[in-house]
Order: sequence, then structure tokens, then C-alpha cells
Amino acid sequence: MQRVAIPTNHLETTALKVREHIIKMSTDGGCFVGASLSAADLIVYLYSGFLNINKDNLDDPGRDYLFLSKGHDVPALYGTFAELGLLEKDRLKNHLSTSDHIYWHPNTHIPGIEFHSGSLGHLPSVALGVAMDIKIKGGTNKVVCIMGDGELNEGTCWEAVLVANAYKLDNLIFVIDRNHFQANMATEDLIPLEPLHDKFSAFGAAVKRIDGHSFAALHEAFSAYPFQSGKLNVVIADTVRGKGLPSIERRADRWFCNFNAAEVEDLLKELHGEHLTQLTSETLVVR
Amino acid sequence: MSYEELLTQVALSNERYIVMTAENRALVRNIPSKLGNRFIDTGITEQTMIGAAAGLALRGRIPVVHALASFLTMRAFEFVRTDAGIPNLPLKLSSFIPGFLSDGNGPTHQAVEDMSLMRGIPNMTVFAPADEQDLVTMLPQIWAYPNPSYVRINTRKTEYQHSHFEFGKAEVISKGEDVTILTYGLLFEQALIAVDILKNEGLSVGLINMRSLKPVDEQAILQATQGSNLTVTLEDHFLTGGLYSIVAEVLLKNGVTAKVLPFALNEKWFKPALLPNVLEHEGFTGKQIAEKILGYTTKSVQPEISIPQFSE
Repeated sequence: MQRVAIPTNHLETTALKVREHIIKMSTDGGCFVGASLSAADLIVYLYSGFLNINKDNLDDPGRDYLFLSKGHDVPALYGTFAELGLLEKDRLKNHLSTSDHIYWHPNTHIPGIEFHSGSLGHLPSVALGVAMDIKIKGGTNKVVCIMGDGELNEGTCWEAVLVANAYKLDNLIFVIDRNHFQANMATEDLIPLEPLHDKFSAFGAAVKRIDGHSFAALHEAFSAYPFQSGKLNVVIADTVRGKGLPSIERRADRWFCNFNAAEVEDLLKELHGEHLTQLTSETLVVR
Repeated sequence: MSYEELLTQVALSNERYIVMTAENRALVRNIPSKLGNRFIDTGITEQTMIGAAAGLALRGRIPVVHALASFLTMRAFEFVRTDAGIPNLPLKLSSFIPGFLSDGNGPTHQAVEDMSLMRGIPNMTVFAPADEQDLVTMLPQIWAYPNPSYVRINTRKTEYQHSHFEFGKAEVISKGEDVTILTYGLLFEQALIAVDILKNEGLSVGLINMRSLKPVDEQAILQATQGSNLTVTLEDHFLTGGLYSIVAEVLLKNGVTAKVLPFALNEKWFKPALLPNVLEHEGFTGKQIAEKILGYTTKSVQPEISIPQFSE
């Protein structure tokens, strides 16, 4: 499929705003900042540059689908929704309030969220079912499921790949946010995943591995959809946990973060390249 | 003593112990360096961890396994039931953030049917300590017992000094003729507050920390229900299958009846938020509990509820 080049400057501007939203949600109880920052560019690109999903077509069965399976990266989705007009920006201030539905994992009270998640390895199979129905009905909608690399520990992810292969679901795209960390440590130090490309290929998928923070690379990869007729599409997006905030990037102890107000102010400046933040808030908070 | 200190001490003094986790390290942060190859992290693979724990138990080991309560009891349920329950192997399940302790995570992480599921497995034993001191008081006997066990890990701190733990026995805190509150786990903290308020209103109030839900202390339940005008069951669990159900089963078995007021989640998950806000929203603060029992509001003040910090 040929597409015109997309204005990446616009996407970069949007992604920067999404990162600001994520940082602002990382206080008064906190959130999973690192994983949200690694997935931010992916999510922004998919909604802005690839998927046919917008605030006016959510009830259209012919629209595309995005399933956020790792779930704890949902601040990146809330931020994207806020920037794209699916969610009022003011509501982001309701994070963890009992008066709204914005908390640490996705839920369908927020229009645009397809399915609740948080228990890993569920949505690959839910997305599989949606893709199967689209095939049965002869539809052309695309179904994307974003998974974490740590999530790939769960066997159900691989069961979904086996079944997608059996049913030749080339309308299904598994996107791996390959940020190289799971909750407590680097993936390769605990349950090694590499060679990940070869694993998915061996299971019958058509695989692309790209820089998940490069909009040009994302666009080039997704423009080639479907990658191969009759095959599950897999995009391994190499990303950096905490991307955009050097003071927490690739830090095993900065998974769930509950920053204090001063740190949030400093981190917002750090995001814009002004300086590094001296973090004093507690690390290794596990939720 | 903390959970981690106790586990380290027990495991170091007995080679049979293996500490396992499905990448939930909050409770065992410092154990890898101390236990060496008797610490096993299987990654985010709850089912495989339980299966492997059964294999280790088959070789004579006592695996103490860790995961978030919802995934340990539900994702791995059939592995627990089939690989630990059927062969009666001593798998020791330590469940992290059960009940209201999953605060802002949402329904995926809310283990509010864990007691029901686990007590339904033949050979399984089920426990819910009131606070950290209660937890470390109970665990040595639970781990030494030959059956598989399920423990709601609760590392919150209260002022209460708990008594010696007797396997299968509840801790009777006080007896009362008007009302007796039966509770387990973190709501013990709120029950203490409710008892104070009720006493200030002139009621004779009993409180029982259930501790062991299976085997359950039937005598404590019978004495409470027969000795009080009203029995209250207080739990961060679905109404179905938890303490309210246990009390009903015990009463029916003994051919008696009683007036019982349940505090539980009735056909719903709870609102995700930080713990103090969850309790307030769901009506489970000590003050709210007391006022629901009384049927009127009081001038009592709800003490501040601390936000859990699951960290080192």
C-alpha cells in the first residue's frame, strides 16, 4: 500500500505533549511512567498515522482497532486521546479520583479504549477473536495489539501467535514495545527473549524490527501492511524505557513512579532538554 | 520482624525451602543474594511457576511462591488445584496486594474471590493475617504444616499486639452481647476503630480476628453468633464464598440461625483509587462501618488511613 509521507514534525509535537501528560500523571499516587514513555511514540503514530480510529467513528464496526495489552502504559493512551480529542484534557487531572475512571490500567469507561487490561497476555487472544470476525465478515479493518516485551513471558501470547498462524490472520498486527525491561530488571537478565525476530518468524509470523521512537521508521514499517499475505504481522519496536527523561531512562528501579510536585516541575523541564532532575522520591515502588 | 526477614531466616535454617516468584519481587527484594540457587524467579509465568513448584515439592522441597494475588489464585488456578491440591504437595502461596490492597490497579488486579477459590480446593489451607505482626506470628506454623497453603500477605502495621497463633483458631479480641464483628486481613485495622465508636455509643461489642479461614474456627463463629444479638462479617471480598458464606455454612451445619450483617462486595468490583479513598468510597472505614451498624451518624472522627508503600 502506497502512502504519502506524513509530517513527522506534527507527530513529534504531539508525542512531546503526550509525554507532558504522562509526567503530570506521575504524582499524587503515581503511575507506570517508564513503560508509558517507551510506548508513547508508538501509540501516537498508530492513532495519528496508521489506524482509522477517531472520536466520530467509535461505533462504526468498519473502523480499526487498537488493543493495549500491557495495560500499565495507559497514561500514554490517555495523553494521546487528550491530544486527539477523544478525551477532555481536564479529565487527566482526575487520575486516581473516585469521581472518574482514570487509573493505572485501561478500562472501557473511557471511550476509545477497546477492552480492559492489566492482566498480561489476555488481549492478544481478544484481538485474535476480533480479527477472526473481520475475516469471517470479509472486512478490511486492521487490528493492532500492543504488547510489552516482559508480557511475552506469559504463554498465552505465544498461543495467540500459533492460532493466528493457523487462521492466516494477516489483518492482525502484534506490536511489541521492546523496551528491554520488565518490572524489576532487564529482560535479558531474567527470561531472555532474543532472538525475538527469529522466534516470531519460526511461529509463522511476518516480522519487522524497527526503532520504535523513529516516526519515519514506524511509517515505513506500517506502510508495508499487510507484510505478507496470510501471515500474522509482527512489529518489534525497539524502545527505551523512560524515553525522554534521561534521569530515569533504562533504570530498573524506575518502573512505577510517584514523583513529588517539585520533581514533576523539574521533569517537565528535563523533557525539554533544560537540565537533569535530582530525584529524591522513593524508588522501587511496586504496584 | 518483617515478612522478608522471617522468610530469609526460615529458608536459611532449612534446606527444604525454595523461594519462588513470578517476577513479583516487592516482598523478596533482598533474598536472591542470600539464598543463591534456592531463589527462583520464573518471570511473568504464574502457571509455570506453580507447576515448577510442584516438581520441586515432588523432590522434597517446600516452595514459598510469590505473585500478585489475582494472578496467583486465578491465572494459575488450575495449576494450584491440580498440581498442588490433588497430590497434596506443600506449596506455600504468598499472595501480594489481595483485596483492597490492589488500590488503584483496577478490576484485573482485584483478588476479591481468592478466599472462595482457594478454600474450594481439597487439601488447601487458607489464612489472612490482620497486620504484619500477625503475619509473622502465623507464618512459621503455616509453612511447617504439611499441606499447601494460601496466605493473604498483609504487611500493614497496627498498634495491636497479637497473641500466640494456634493453627485453625481465631483470635478473640473481645466479647460482646450486642454486636460481634468477625473479620480478617487489613480490615482488622478499621474494625478496631469501629469497635471504639460502638463502645462509645454504649454497646457491648465483640471482635474476632479470624486468622484461619480454612480450617475455620467453628467454635468461635458459634459462640459469637449465639452470644451476640448481631453478628457482622467484615471482609474485602465478594459476598459469595468468603466469610459470610463460611458463617452461613457453619450455622447450617450446626442447625442454628443468627442475625448476620455482611460487609462485602456484592456482585461488583471496587472503585480503583488509593487505599484510603477506596475504603471511603466503598463504605469500609471504621466510622462508616460503625454507623451502618448503629443506623445513625455519630460525631466520631475517622483516623487517617495510611497509603500503602509497597517498596523497600
